[in-house]
Amino acid sequence: MEFLIASAIGSLTAAGVYLALRKRSFAVVLGMTLLTYATNLFLFTTGRLVIDQPPVLRDGVTAYTDPLPQALVLTAIVISFGMTAVVVVMALGSFIEGGDDHIDLPRRDREGPGA
Amino acid sequence: MTPALIVALPFLGAMLPGLMVRTSRNAAAMACGVFTALALLGLILNAPAVLAGEIVTTRIPWMSQVGLDADFMLDGLGLLFGILILGIGLLIILYARFYLSQADAAGPFFTYLMLFQGAMTGIVLSDNILMLLVFWELTSLSSFLLIGFWKHLPEGRQGARMALNVTAMGGLAMIAGCLMLGQVAGSYRLSDIIAQREAIQSSALYLPALLLILLGAFTKSAQFPFHFWLPRAMAAPTPVSAYLHSATMVKAGIFLMARLWPVLAGTPEWFGIVATVGLATMLIGGAIALFQDDLKGLLAYSTVSHLGLITMLLGFGTGAAATAAMFHIIAHASFKAALFMGAGIIDHAAHTRSIRRLGGLRTLMPLSFGLVLIASLSMAGIPPFNGFLSKEMMLEQAAGAAGLFGWVATLASVFSVAYSLRLIVHVFLGPVREDYPTAPHDPGAGLWLGPALLVAVVIVSGLFPNATLGWIVTAAASSVTGQALHPHFALWHGVNPALLMSALAITGGAALLALWQPADRLRQSLPRIDAKAIFDAVVGGAERVAGAFTDGFSNGSMSRALAAQLLVALACGFGAWQSGLAGPASRPMLPVTPVALVGWVMMLVGIGTLVTLHRRRILALVLMGIVGLTVSVTFVYFSAPDLALTQISVEVVTVIILLLALNFLPKRTVLDTSNLKRGGDAFVAALAGLGVGGLAFAILRRDFAFPSISGYMVENSHKLGGGDNVVNVILVDFRGYDTYGEITVLGIAALTIFALTETMLGGRGARRLQGWVRDMRRAGDRHPLMLGVATRVLLPLSLVVGLYIFLRGHNAPGGGFIAGLIVSVALVMHYMASGFAWAMQRQSIPYHALIALGVLAAGVTGAGAWFAGQPFLTSAFGYVHLPGIEPIELATAMGFDTGVFLCVVGAVMLALNSFARIARQAGRDHAAPDATGTAPTQATQP
Repeated sequence: MEFLIASAIGSLTAAGVYLALRKRSFAVVLGMTLLTYATNLFLFTTGRLVIDQPPVLRDGVTAYTDPLPQALVLTAIVISFGMTAVVVVMALGSFIEGGDDHIDLPRRDREGPGA
Repeated sequence: MTPALIVALPFLGAMLPGLMVRTSRNAAAMACGVFTALALLGLILNAPAVLAGEIVTTRIPWMSQVGLDADFMLDGLGLLFGILILGIGLLIILYARFYLSQADAAGPFFTYLMLFQGAMTGIVLSDNILMLLVFWELTSLSSFLLIGFWKHLPEGRQGARMALNVTAMGGLAMIAGCLMLGQVAGSYRLSDIIAQREAIQSSALYLPALLLILLGAFTKSAQFPFHFWLPRAMAAPTPVSAYLHSATMVKAGIFLMARLWPVLAGTPEWFGIVATVGLATMLIGGAIALFQDDLKGLLAYSTVSHLGLITMLLGFGTGAAATAAMFHIIAHASFKAALFMGAGIIDHAAHTRSIRRLGGLRTLMPLSFGLVLIASLSMAGIPPFNGFLSKEMMLEQAAGAAGLFGWVATLASVFSVAYSLRLIVHVFLGPVREDYPTAPHDPGAGLWLGPALLVAVVIVSGLFPNATLGWIVTAAASSVTGQALHPHFALWHGVNPALLMSALAITGGAALLALWQPADRLRQSLPRIDAKAIFDAVVGGAERVAGAFTDGFSNGSMSRALAAQLLVALACGFGAWQSGLAGPASRPMLPVTPVALVGWVMMLVGIGTLVTLHRRRILALVLMGIVGLTVSVTFVYFSAPDLALTQISVEVVTVIILLLALNFLPKRTVLDTSNLKRGGDAFVAALAGLGVGGLAFAILRRDFAFPSISGYMVENSHKLGGGDNVVNVILVDFRGYDTYGEITVLGIAALTIFALTETMLGGRGARRLQGWVRDMRRAGDRHPLMLGVATRVLLPLSLVVGLYIFLRGHNAPGGGFIAGLIVSVALVMHYMASGFAWAMQRQSIPYHALIALGVLAAGVTGAGAWFAGQPFLTSAFGYVHLPGIEPIELATAMGFDTGVFLCVVGAVMLALNSFARIARQAGRDHAAPDATGTAPTQATQP
């Protein structure tokens, strides 16, 4: 089971990185989302894999999975949503104002207004 | 008054004029003057103890582990410099009040001046070498601000930049040197370092540390060959030149050499470098000064020359030389500050500083003439003024030193006499001219009072050196050398070599001035080295190298930069893995279940097809939804119901946002990369995947290396937090501060989206949007009746579900985050089914307010704990018993969770709302109602 999860995390990372290295904004957004999944899963699994022991206290139950990574990942999910939304609006803005969805800095912008 | 408070006072004083930017010159100067005077008073109150040989200290521990403490000490050397800085500072503040014109921004000027004063006081009273370095850099920065104070003058800006470049570069070198010194001494406390002469001088690091520290000191004190920045700093207002660039800041390098004298001096290296550089600077500065036409230029080069003199004396490494150096520091500060102020008075009155355009001012400005005359004679080393005394001591030391020191020092004195006399002869004597830019006249008391007091010091300390300056010079020289010295100063020592050299210098100087015209013609025929051209070439070269370096790394291609960054991260990770220790893979693996295998296959197929088909964007979005779904299932499978709920609701919102964006973005990604590039990217991606996957596997196969803190949270969740859902209790209670920060960030992100949308809806984007041509066929029925009715029925239902999820959150999976997302999804459904305008019409609370309310509610709940005498965000809970139903728990954490809920709803809705507004703007003209207003239902889109 551990191998399945680790390979899934690895595949998510690889796919995310590949897409993030594309030259168009939408692909980069997709890549970032996949990277988010990978990172969240990775952080979550630092609590190790445990089945059927959710960290909700019940009488008579003594074994619970590690709640701390879960709490950290929960906020991470929400925050990465915020980040994705900001990136998307930036992508949209640059497309509407600039006319294309290239993410690279055009030469004229890089050299500043004086050049 | 403690040394720490003395250092703090100028900084406090800096705040007042800074806060009242448009304040009058009177108010600003008054505020600064009061704080300076208080600090000076504090210093003087400590003087008896210091003179009795005591060292007054303040110790404020801060980061003792790294040796960074706010330690201050006041000894004889610090007292001398402190009195100089604060005393002259007081006079400068008075002078600046009358020097600045109504148009100058007095507030910022006095703030910079006080910042400088505080930093300088900090340098001389620091007992921690790291803190000294901080103050040191602060003087460079405040000097930069002051030189460039007249921002409209190009010379001011260039001069400021050059001064900052040179002194900050030296400062960097000095940091390295001081760190070495601290390393060898095993402490960063100055008093500890000073006590370790043998250890430091025998260390292999002695020479590098010495060179680096001297680099810092020489650049700061404008020693050859770094002297060129000082004359260009004269673009500053004259009070600044008088204060920073003659009396105080340029003496910081001298101070440092004096402070570290006990450990650094006395070696052949020290003598060879310091004394020689000082001698060269003294000679070169004097020679250049003689031929300056700008009054301030002459004074600037003469300052360079005198700083060289003091440096040379410190370089000799003897007690008597150190005493002479201390005496000359005071003497030079007094006559040079007076001369600078005098130059400012002349500039003010005649509106020119060019010596060629002046002359004959003696009768027009008699008072100024008197002041400049005495100060110049002192500078020339003519008895009975204090400059004579220090020059005699200097010549005596130089005569006693090996080699050519005596002769060269005499030659430098010839120049010194010549330019000092030139100041008198070419400016004040001679016939009255007709062509001054304006009619010269003596200034008001505000301007002449400062220099007059300094001139009084020049006279009195020349006549009665032992009574006026003996005590402080003795104290300072004793703390420099670490021995009890008992010098005696006298105007008449009988006929000795020094007197003869002095006489030679005076006659030689007078003769040289008489031959000034031919000498000047000779100089003009000689080739000249332009330091600025060299400096500009060096800076330009550095810029080109740095530019090539930067461009090599980031040429505007994000892909390239990201790949580079990623490879570095991978290399670091690999290095850490190689060098670190990981235990054996001991943790047993869980058996693979069929369900898990199905999920795994789904995820991998989803990822694979997503990458292959990512250019078909809408399809890619669907595939991404599938991957996200399997991630949620993974969470729930491995005992994380809260995460699964969060992930699945975030998924919905994310997909909606991406769809809204896709409304405009192209529906397909063009293939515009080569096979090679894609192959390379795939390689990098595979490396990253293998790295992260391998690391995850390694972690999963091992148990915790040391006990986790989670046990505490599981045990105390019910007891202390009053909740059974440990994840929720961690979020709202144990780590509530984190969550508080996170909802704030989420709110900021939403506001950023709103702001970006606002700019997009104005300006060029708006015009482009109005003419937008859609590239996809629209649905036949924009707002299908069935969907509309269904959502309207569903809304109350989903709100109840949201409320339920929220309420049970403390004890079962759920909570503010999830409830907020569910409610948002319900509201978004409404937008989609019934249209934006219809929904906006019925919405009464703006989403910004929801965000604010959320953060506020969380904050207020947290602050409530203060009233119970508890730290921020401490929670309390209790149970309410109502007849007929189960006991209801009421926890303050509930209030916090409400804040989370409101903030999430507000942020998500504001983000979606912004996207929807862009969509509405597209393809409509200005006549249509405003997007946020109450538009009629049918007018949403053409």
